[in-house]
Amino acid sequence: MQAVLQFLNANMWPLIDALVIVGVFPLMAGYVVLLERKVMADMQARLGPMRVGPHGLLQPLADALKLMIKEDIIPESADRIIFWMAPVLSVTAGMLAFAAIPIGPGFLIANMNVGLLFILAVSSMGIFGIVLGGWASNSHYSLLGALRSSAQLVSYEVAVGMAMVSGLLLAGTLSMKDIVAAQAEKGMWFAFVAPVGFVIYLIGSVAETNRAPFDLPEAESELVAGYMTEYSGFRWALYFLAEYSNMIVVASVATTLFLGGWMRPFASVHAFDFLDFVPVLFMLGVTGYCLYRIPKQTGWDQKFILAIFAGICFVIAAALGMVFAPPLAFLKVPVLGAFWFIAKVMGYVYVFLWVRFTFPRYRFDQLMRLGWHFLIPLSIVNVMGVATALVLHRQAGWSSWVAFPVLLVVTILLAFWLVRAGERRDQQAARSAA
Amino acid sequence: MMDQVLFYFFAGLAVLSGVLVVTVRNAVHSAVFLITSLLATAGLYLTLNAEFLFVVQIILYVGGIMVLFIFVIMLVNLDVALHQVQFNRQTWVAGLLSIVLLTELLAALALARSGGPGMQLLPAPAATAASLGGNTEQIGMLLFQNYVIPFELASILLLVALVGAVVMGKKRI
Repeated sequence: MQAVLQFLNANMWPLIDALVIVGVFPLMAGYVVLLERKVMADMQARLGPMRVGPHGLLQPLADALKLMIKEDIIPESADRIIFWMAPVLSVTAGMLAFAAIPIGPGFLIANMNVGLLFILAVSSMGIFGIVLGGWASNSHYSLLGALRSSAQLVSYEVAVGMAMVSGLLLAGTLSMKDIVAAQAEKGMWFAFVAPVGFVIYLIGSVAETNRAPFDLPEAESELVAGYMTEYSGFRWALYFLAEYSNMIVVASVATTLFLGGWMRPFASVHAFDFLDFVPVLFMLGVTGYCLYRIPKQTGWDQKFILAIFAGICFVIAAALGMVFAPPLAFLKVPVLGAFWFIAKVMGYVYVFLWVRFTFPRYRFDQLMRLGWHFLIPLSIVNVMGVATALVLHRQAGWSSWVAFPVLLVVTILLAFWLVRAGERRDQQAARSAA
Repeated sequence: MMDQVLFYFFAGLAVLSGVLVVTVRNAVHSAVFLITSLLATAGLYLTLNAEFLFVVQIILYVGGIMVLFIFVIMLVNLDVALHQVQFNRQTWVAGLLSIVLLTELLAALALARSGGPGMQLLPAPAATAASLGGNTEQIGMLLFQNYVIPFELASILLLVALVGAVVMGKKRI
């Protein structure tokens, strides 16, 4: 008992952080789904969910309730234990990765010195949830979805890992906290120093999270719902949660590694200090918009709910504004940092949504060719380019403003050559086939 | 206290799931137990402050090799394998050999504890994680300074294996 109390006392803040993440995250995933539906509706000139709550604001809660009370069906010839275990495994892997993600300088569960590798390792375990679930369902659609998913993940993990290496070379550390510190020291986000690496990571992360246009494992028109065809009710909801948590994890890794983590834009330029007020003004703006929409709602209940949302936004704005009071100045960096981190993650997720509604789905061979014939060679070239630029900068004394752009141009030229070579190979294959 | 609890937990889990890997009939189940066993081994590395090894064990064995294992197992028709009669009759030989091995290990341990001639337990390394710095850097230094040639030889070997597999797998290159 004594030992347990001592343990709790020594690790109080990490435990509280973990509880906050586990408690808040499912809600956040629900609202990301709402955001996705709203963005999709907007891009297709529709309104999206409007019925449950004002502007569909209560839709996530209604969906969650529906999924929880739905009948849970297990196919008769399914492998029951693995069928039961698979979604849990998926969601565990997704949530565990949050342990190493720094949401602001004060909000970090574990500052490991192998943080980035830990996230990579844990998220590579999430694939078992998909593969085992697809196998245990004892259905051809599920099995094909699972096979596609594992093939896709194994292929794109190489490119994504190599893209990460280009960022790591610049940072010189694997600790998530120190990666952000390295960017602060450099005064520049690594997305601008190694843009090719960032773009490869962006494409690869779309493929790794099984999202459109690379959502072959759950392609509705071919495989019903892929690996989760046989799942229903709460287990299905767990798979959904895992997918969205993976999305937020890859967005967080991209934010930390390439987009400056919790730093605000232009963190090292004092002329832009006024940007510190953006969080408060943004939340006040959202509050104002809610208040403006209240009279337009039909019925007192809708008005009441929107007023509650306005109140929540105002409380957040007040909390963000409070850090400007001198006695609370020590909270300024962590609180505003958390805001910027979440804002960047949401921006990255928005790009995911945007891509999903813009591009048609790839064919499986096209997907594999993009991965193996283009992204992997390019990512290797990119790592060599960044390494050469670093050597030229550090050992040969070139200015970093010369070394990095020169090697960037070389990398991009090689990328064009790769595309050309691929096209020529295709033409040759077509000719020999004819 | 905590360290010992964690050690016995991970070690017990590794051994138990290792036994289950070879006794369970269903190939997918035994792959799942192999994953558990590998994860428990990774946990043991973590109790030894070897974070890098822990992470690499998970990335390579669990996230890479086991995914391919399961990929292959799922493609094979399992029902046939399940209904085949096992033809090995070596249970007794295997059992006898493992008992011999166990006695040998226990004897070695007992001899070392009593401090017999030429048999001492190695002194426990006094260095802690903090005094060593990050062990990622340590491993990097060792691999690329002291053991460069073995490291490069191993990678050439892997490359040759890779090329060989492609040559054998493809009719026309």
